[in-house]
Amino acid sequence: MGSSSRYRLLGAAVLAALATALLFAGSASANLLTPESGGSQNADDIASLYKLVLYIAIVVFLIVEGTLIYSLVRYRRKRNPVAQQIRGNHRLELSWTIAATLIVVAISVVTFIKLGDIRNPPNSDAAALAVTSKGVQAGDVRRRLPPDGRSLNICVNGQQYIWRYTYAPDCKKATQNVGDSVFSYEEMVVPVGATVTLDINAQDVAHSWWIPELGGKFDAVPGSTNYTSFKIPADKVNTVFKGQCAELCGRNHANMTARVRALSVADFQRWFAQQKADIAAANQAAIAGRKQFQGDTQ
Amino acid sequence: MSAIDPPVRQPVPQVAAHKIEPEESGFWSWITTTDHKKIGIMYLVLTFAFFLIGGVEALMMRLQLSQADNTLLDPQTYNALFTMHGTTMIFLFVVPVMAGFGNYFVPLMIGARDMAFPKLNALSFWLLAAGGVVFYASLFFAAPECGWTCYAPLSDDQFLPSGGVDAWIFLIHLTGLSSLVGAINFVATIANMRAPGMGWGRMPLFIWSILVYAILLIIALPVIAGAVTMLLTDRHFGTHFFDAAGGGEPLLWQHLFWFFGHPEVYIMVLPGFGIISEVLPVFSRKPIFGYKAIAAATVVIAFLGLLVWAHHMFATPSPAIVLVFFMISSMLIAIPTGIKIFNWIATLWRGSIEFTTSLLFAAGFIGTFVIGGITGVFLAVFPIDWQLTDTYYVVAHLHYVLVGGAVFSIFAGIYYWFPKITGRMLSEKLGKTSFALMLVGFHVTFLIQHSIGMDGMPRRVYEFPDVGHLELYNQISTVGSFILGIGVLVTVLNVVRSAKKGAVAGNDPWKANTLEWFTSSPPPVNNFDVIPRIRSVEPMKDIRRQIDEASNKAAKIEEATPVGP
Repeated sequence: MGSSSRYRLLGAAVLAALATALLFAGSASANLLTPESGGSQNADDIASLYKLVLYIAIVVFLIVEGTLIYSLVRYRRKRNPVAQQIRGNHRLELSWTIAATLIVVAISVVTFIKLGDIRNPPNSDAAALAVTSKGVQAGDVRRRLPPDGRSLNICVNGQQYIWRYTYAPDCKKATQNVGDSVFSYEEMVVPVGATVTLDINAQDVAHSWWIPELGGKFDAVPGSTNYTSFKIPADKVNTVFKGQCAELCGRNHANMTARVRALSVADFQRWFAQQKADIAAANQAAIAGRKQFQGDTQ
Repeated sequence: MSAIDPPVRQPVPQVAAHKIEPEESGFWSWITTTDHKKIGIMYLVLTFAFFLIGGVEALMMRLQLSQADNTLLDPQTYNALFTMHGTTMIFLFVVPVMAGFGNYFVPLMIGARDMAFPKLNALSFWLLAAGGVVFYASLFFAAPECGWTCYAPLSDDQFLPSGGVDAWIFLIHLTGLSSLVGAINFVATIANMRAPGMGWGRMPLFIWSILVYAILLIIALPVIAGAVTMLLTDRHFGTHFFDAAGGGEPLLWQHLFWFFGHPEVYIMVLPGFGIISEVLPVFSRKPIFGYKAIAAATVVIAFLGLLVWAHHMFATPSPAIVLVFFMISSMLIAIPTGIKIFNWIATLWRGSIEFTTSLLFAAGFIGTFVIGGITGVFLAVFPIDWQLTDTYYVVAHLHYVLVGGAVFSIFAGIYYWFPKITGRMLSEKLGKTSFALMLVGFHVTFLIQHSIGMDGMPRRVYEFPDVGHLELYNQISTVGSFILGIGVLVTVLNVVRSAKKGAVAGNDPWKANTLEWFTSSPPPVNNFDVIPRIRSVEPMKDIRRQIDEASNKAAKIEEATPVGP
């Protein structure tokens, strides 16, 4: 076997290996090529925007790689012993510059068309209106509320290495009077059909809030507040959506998980009342304990 | 620098000759040298050693991630590993290895005796070495754990009190100073010491890319030097620049870091682009397609590269107008980058392509880098970035850009220039084996990481749960990384063997285009005894043509007038 045919064999083996890897990976999961979605309209919109860009990308990829491989094969020395001495072609160079610009413009336009749907929260379903309240516009234009101004607002606070959720329409007030609001750690419980708005911040280092199926990441940075929202459709009732902190926050970064449990409105109200009672009882016990402790030491 | 006037009748070019006195050799000659070639070799060897260390760190991480919920490494070690890996690859390998190539080849390619400031040049190298030593010394007390980005407030003394972060700060200062001094040297050399006739429009494209690399370093490095100094005072002297509780702003760190950090990406890939623009025309036996467009695109990429930093911060609490601006500026970079890729492919088109290892790496670079460029457009669209940022998708993207864009072109450069540096050829057989392993290993490692990221796995996590196909995907990636590692080792073996036993190269084994091939291999201390007048971007082609014409004419004269009485 000559050395050139050996290299051809090697090349074929390389291509076959790559193709197998791709096929194998392709059959492993249908969701292999797009971001996760399904839990909220904004995540679905991001995934569909991703798909649009992906179609353009596949065309560009095939043209560029195809031309590259064709020229490598067609113009190898054995097949084409004499090279054409071409130094450039203004018309060709101008046309691919324009083509590249058009693609960039097209992607920008599509993004701006989709942007509203991704960022602006919709109204809650009528059935879930009871759990929402009139939102407080904190004077920050980045804080977006549904058209009717009503949402279930949760203050998300990142801490090494756990998420705290405080259910309150006004997060500033809630942080001043910590005992008054219902809160939970790690698992956020929400009703389906309600638009949930989140005020995200952090109390120690930077974290990042991310539940892939409910939309994108929003960094929790000390000193600033970040905002996002989601609305879980009614058919996803009793689903738990999982995510985890996406910004390096220290040694246990990998274990800083978050869950969002979607309940029916009635179940949510029941959970909320129970949580409120539990917290009140715990507060009472703490006050009693403190009194007893002070009594003992006096 | 002297241009000789062409002899009256036949302009026969002269071959360079050595000085008579022997060159200095031995250990001490390397320590005290100010010769750009020796410094260049030291740069290349040192940075390659760091490349291997960084590679081992990467393989350790891939081993940890080869199983769900693995307990091979503890989180502290894992965090230290990715911090060391990223910092090593960026500050101790890719940026300085380009300075290594630049050091060796800038004077040779422009026909100069040495760099403009030889002693400063030696200082650059020793500052780099000191940076590496200081950084790796932290292994003996406490390695940094804040990632190569060292975001505040995590990097503040309250959260990471050990000296690792300080070692990292010291490394940034030392390697930064090294690069800054080196960059000034490159600009001065390129601006002032070009051979007669080599106007800006006849400068090799590699020189263009080193010039732009140097200017970017001069613009970006003072910003990171300021930022790490502020971090140092935050940590030890009671300031609160990045501490929200003390009235500071954590996002300021991110802005300052990325104002340096994004141009840094172009600092790393532009010289690689320059190498590709030298290698492709030589092995397709064609002039580069659109010289001016490529040189202009280099400048435009560098300019735009200074205006895109906040695309690393799309998920931070930032106003919408900021997101829109940085999305558009980032996408604009796709245009000059696309132009370069089209020009490279057009250089191959209708050429007569010789499949040397160097060309294979260059072609592998184009094919791989295109994928990194395309995923870059996805990441530039900020709503899409909200899903992808800080996941393995970004890890895949940045490795497609930096391994595809920088490492493959560095390897193309090694296989192309090794004969000039050592006077001996590398084994093509081992070279092609290395290329095949590296290409396959690379894509098996990183292609699947796009899916790992879209499946919800963030970057910088030391373990992941066994859900869905995550474990399978990670195993594929780990297998690929070891194939890639073996591929790199084959080249190391090749270099070590060929430096002593390779076939003798001669002055110009590739029939190349640029001036470094005019002198002997390896070049003498003074580089050139005679510097030809430059008439085009391809002076060696002109010289070969002249020799051909002269010898044809001589042959004809001989035929016409018989010699002898």
